[in-house]
Amino acid sequence: MISVGLFNYWACMVLMMIGLYTAIARPNLIKKLIGLSIFQVSVFLLYISIGKVSGGTAPILAEGIVVYSNPLPHVLILTAIVVGIATLSLGLALVVRIGEAYDTIEEDKIIEQDLVND
Amino acid sequence: MIDMHLPILLIVVPLVSAPLCVLLRQKTLVWAFASLVCVASLGMASMLLIRVLEEGVISYAIGGWIAPWGIEYRVDTINAFVLLLVSIIAAVLMFFALPSVADEISGKQHYLFYTAYLLCFTGLMGIAITGDAFNVFVFLEISSLSSYTLIALGRDRRALTASYQYLIMGTLGATFIVIGIGLMYMMTGTLNMFDLSERLPAMFETRTAMVAFAFLTVGMLIKLAMFPMHMWLPNAYCYAPSLVTAFLAATATKVSIYVFLRFTFTVWGTEFVFEKLNLDAFLIPLSLIGIYVASLSAIYQTNVKRLLAYSSVAQIGYMMLGIGFVSVTGLTGGIVHLFNHALMKAALFLSVGSAVLRLGSSDLADWKGLGRRMPVTMAAFVLAGLSLIGVPLTVGFISKWYLILAALEAGWWPIALLALLSSLLAVIYVWRVVEVAYFQKADDDSNVQEAPLMMQISMWILTGATLYFGIQTDLTVSVAQRAAGLLLGVTP
Repeated sequence: MISVGLFNYWACMVLMMIGLYTAIARPNLIKKLIGLSIFQVSVFLLYISIGKVSGGTAPILAEGIVVYSNPLPHVLILTAIVVGIATLSLGLALVVRIGEAYDTIEEDKIIEQDLVND
Repeated sequence: MIDMHLPILLIVVPLVSAPLCVLLRQKTLVWAFASLVCVASLGMASMLLIRVLEEGVISYAIGGWIAPWGIEYRVDTINAFVLLLVSIIAAVLMFFALPSVADEISGKQHYLFYTAYLLCFTGLMGIAITGDAFNVFVFLEISSLSSYTLIALGRDRRALTASYQYLIMGTLGATFIVIGIGLMYMMTGTLNMFDLSERLPAMFETRTAMVAFAFLTVGMLIKLAMFPMHMWLPNAYCYAPSLVTAFLAATATKVSIYVFLRFTFTVWGTEFVFEKLNLDAFLIPLSLIGIYVASLSAIYQTNVKRLLAYSSVAQIGYMMLGIGFVSVTGLTGGIVHLFNHALMKAALFLSVGSAVLRLGSSDLADWKGLGRRMPVTMAAFVLAGLSLIGVPLTVGFISKWYLILAALEAGWWPIALLALLSSLLAVIYVWRVVEVAYFQKADDDSNVQEAPLMMQISMWILTGATLYFGIQTDLTVSVAQRAAGLLLGVTP
């Protein structure tokens, strides 16, 4: 039972590291944003796992049910999802503009172009 | 009646005004409206500080939901001070905005610019006022997202990459903060800061608490651009529009430092952070290295905006150094420097912005003979530059004085000596600009006009403030001392 209980945390740590690595190491700006999104989503999973009460059901009032999962983390994550979408769309908009200005979205080529101009 | 609701009005007024800017659309009208909002916020923030100094902590339960269940806005001396600082800067910059935005932002985007400006302002005020840990994150993202937009509006295409880089780093930092807050919630079941501070001590031995603290601290240090996590800052400040650079340099990192103070001192408490985990053994060396590395980098810059951006990283080092002493004098120094640095950096970036308006460039090579061509602007630059160095009778001296006093109080004279010596580096990088502007002849003899009056008003209010608060230290120092005492739990 305990190993099942920790499964969520393992999964979100693995996702978190994949996301963090992609966001830092990938030179492609879109891939970086994908990594960033995976990183954020792993945190959503973390919060939702925190809200789980073992044996608890969805927090809707019903007769005969005493144990409910904690709904507060879900609500917090609704906010965080909105923030995540805003960040992703702003990031993608920036990438479009960068693509127009530099004709590439590879970080190393952009740095090269900037160095030439200096 | 209105008095009762001051804390929430301070957030709601700019928040609701931001979308109204989109509806107004007309350039001058939007500017006038945004200025009005900023001035009104300044009025409310000053009323709030006066009330806090008279009555003590003000707690406001949003929607009538009592804390810790509802979101609480909790105003004490420290955040009232930060709120006042942010609203002063936002309001004073509005004079500068009219000519500067007309020059740097395309006419069709003016109303969107002011919308983003007001949203950024709302976010920063929100971070400072809230007493709820998750609410901090929400406001942090409101201010960050709008500041990415503002930075991307710079004319150079490198503004786009700078903004993108800041977006990646900023989001990573903010997400680290959310992880930390989530783990804190996991251990205590509460998000209210005051409630957290009471429940956390029972959890100090657990590994989850330590991990929560680690994530939170790294996230905050990225956001406040502590060396070596400052890589996003120089480019962002360098390529952003002049007004945005001045606004962000004066407020964004300062508010992040406030968040750091709030979490380390109020929520976690000095006992856990500094006695058990010895964070000061990590903060003090990093601050000192940061001061030296960033100052040395500043010396070698060929662009004045970038030079000042590196100097900002160094100045953040001084603030963190003061915090690292964990004494009333050290914290007073840190908090006073937070206020003083905001004034002088805003003044410096505004004088650079005026020069950019007339010359179209912030490259040092183009600044030859500027002292003769734009004497008023350069005079402001020199005065604020003296403050950056820490010359007596300027605000910079006051904050350095308290920092060195704190080092000596703790018996760490080598640190006092290092902090003093680092001022010499500031002398070098300020002198480089002064030398080019005053002692080199301009390449062409074309006449350059002095900056428009509106710009000079903003510039001289801030430059005047660096001198005024350098001589009249009662207000800033006494408020900072009360705030420091409050953070350390010495005074109620």
